[in-house]
Amino acid sequence: MASIAETSQAATRRRSRNPVLHFVGRLFREKPLGAVCAVIFVLFLLCGIFADLIAPYGYNQIAPLKRLRPPSLDFPFGTDNLGRDMLSRCIYGAQLSVIIGFCAAGIATVISIVLGIVSGYLGGKFDLVVQRFVDAWMSFPDLIILIVVVSVVGPGMIQIICTLGLLLGIAGSRIIRGAVVSVRENMYVHAAQSTGASTFRVLWRHILPNVMAPVIVLFTTRVGTVILAESGLSFLGLGVPPPAPTWGGLLSGSGRTYMLQGPWLALAPGLCLTVVVYATNMFGDALRDLLDPRMRGSR
Amino acid sequence: MQAYIIRRLLALIPTLFFASVIVFVTVRMIPGDVIDLMLSQNDIAAAKMGREQLEKALGFDTPMWIQYGKWVGNILLHGDFGRSLWQNTPVGEQLMARLPITFELGLMALFFGLLIAIPIGVYSAVRQDSGGDYVARSFSILMLAVPSFWIGTMVMVFPSIWWGWSPPMQFVSFTADPLGNLSQMITPAIILGFSLSALTMRLTRTMMLEVLRQDFIRTAWAKGLGENLVVMRHALRNALIPVVTLIGLQAPLLIGGAVIMEQIFVIPGMGLLLLDAVSQRDYPIITGVFLIVGVAVMVINLLVDLSYGLLDPKVRYR
Repeated sequence: MASIAETSQAATRRRSRNPVLHFVGRLFREKPLGAVCAVIFVLFLLCGIFADLIAPYGYNQIAPLKRLRPPSLDFPFGTDNLGRDMLSRCIYGAQLSVIIGFCAAGIATVISIVLGIVSGYLGGKFDLVVQRFVDAWMSFPDLIILIVVVSVVGPGMIQIICTLGLLLGIAGSRIIRGAVVSVRENMYVHAAQSTGASTFRVLWRHILPNVMAPVIVLFTTRVGTVILAESGLSFLGLGVPPPAPTWGGLLSGSGRTYMLQGPWLALAPGLCLTVVVYATNMFGDALRDLLDPRMRGSR
Repeated sequence: MQAYIIRRLLALIPTLFFASVIVFVTVRMIPGDVIDLMLSQNDIAAAKMGREQLEKALGFDTPMWIQYGKWVGNILLHGDFGRSLWQNTPVGEQLMARLPITFELGLMALFFGLLIAIPIGVYSAVRQDSGGDYVARSFSILMLAVPSFWIGTMVMVFPSIWWGWSPPMQFVSFTADPLGNLSQMITPAIILGFSLSALTMRLTRTMMLEVLRQDFIRTAWAKGLGENLVVMRHALRNALIPVVTLIGLQAPLLIGGAVIMEQIFVIPGMGLLLLDAVSQRDYPIITGVFLIVGVAVMVINLLVDLSYGLLDPKVRYR
């Protein structure tokens, strides 16, 4: 008798020990491809954080005697026209992508939450006006807004982070608003309202925790979107100005003149971008399927 | 139908209003600083004029809402977008000269996008869970992650190393030399088409799978119709309606991609006009392109909504 009680207790303990570990286990069991992509995503993150330790050379370390070397053991991705190691430059590029991706996606998610929750919960005329504004905002291509804003505020990391955050934040508010509208009519929300909870308390304690799943998914997929958008902007020469080695920047500017002599210059940055964005998208998809089955099939 | 069109047009007004405010406020966020920037950067256009003249040319010497009113009024009443600070030509003329080129590129990209997406989408729905289906699906997810400017760069580099071939770069207009023009546009159009095809392919597949399970399809099979007839005539027509909506939703993506393709392949469309204007800080042009692009996207979405009635007789406009 006692032993049965003990085992069931142990089982409960094991199950409720760590929700994060439990979730990671589910991810690996149910979504193997998503799990592989999650590993790539984490590797990318570590690459960005520890770029200074991992990179074999400095991103701007010039070696005039080793110009345009093809990929070899010393320089796995080759060297550019100034003899700078492409692998190191790509690793430092990952650092910039991590900073820009996470900061901008973070700002975007906060804006989406605030705008989406307020607009969805209050409803009525306010919601109508906000939604027409979002309509108008979304009819401008991201890249065009970015180009125009950067032309006004000048290029630079902080400007790009803020612009991308605002841009994607407003567009993403639609998704959060949709989730809020469906949560709003739940019994527990009405119960909280009838006990006299303030609007802020209802939003904070009852609405927000119940829209966390789409929020997490939105954040993850936004990281990929931001990295792609930033690289496009850098490619056009409007991103973080050189010598910062952004992946988009490595594919443009002075690098392009030398690509005919060193075609490896065209490969490495694009490959990094593709792998990271692919992994982020797939990881986001897997998260969505596990956390929020209702969102399946939407982006 | 008429009442529906009128209602849709009325609903467009607040959106257009917000769009114009967004354009106006974004470009003039910090009016003084814009002028400082122009003077400090020693732009030739700016240096020629001096601060007061510059303020006047940009209309910064009046309150914000009057500036906005004037700007919108001029566009609505006279089609006047102002004058370029650099060349001193009407911005409207430049926009009209560049718009058809971007439009052509976009239309071709859309054509190639559908040409790639629909057959593959139909194939992977009809042969669900076969090897080909998996290849097609993985490919479409991959295409979402590959930046089009990387493909563009590689197309510029590798064929020229391997075969000594590079895409033609000297722009010729369609009216002057249709074949030469098309041969220049085709490479960027295919690249753009590929990146557009990813989502379209996924949606075509999903919708086909849904339609193929319906009763009227079973009836068609039971009547003894051939596979081609069932798939093409009965299923595809019904599956394509949501795909048309996706085309409308992808319009911003298409225009954003066109900017990058125009830059790589030196096609003098709206994108290149915008990038040149940005490097010269030619604000009237930037504002003009910005507004036109937003309006174009809205019009495309309106047309998509209206085309529903033609594609799907079940849709009644109320």
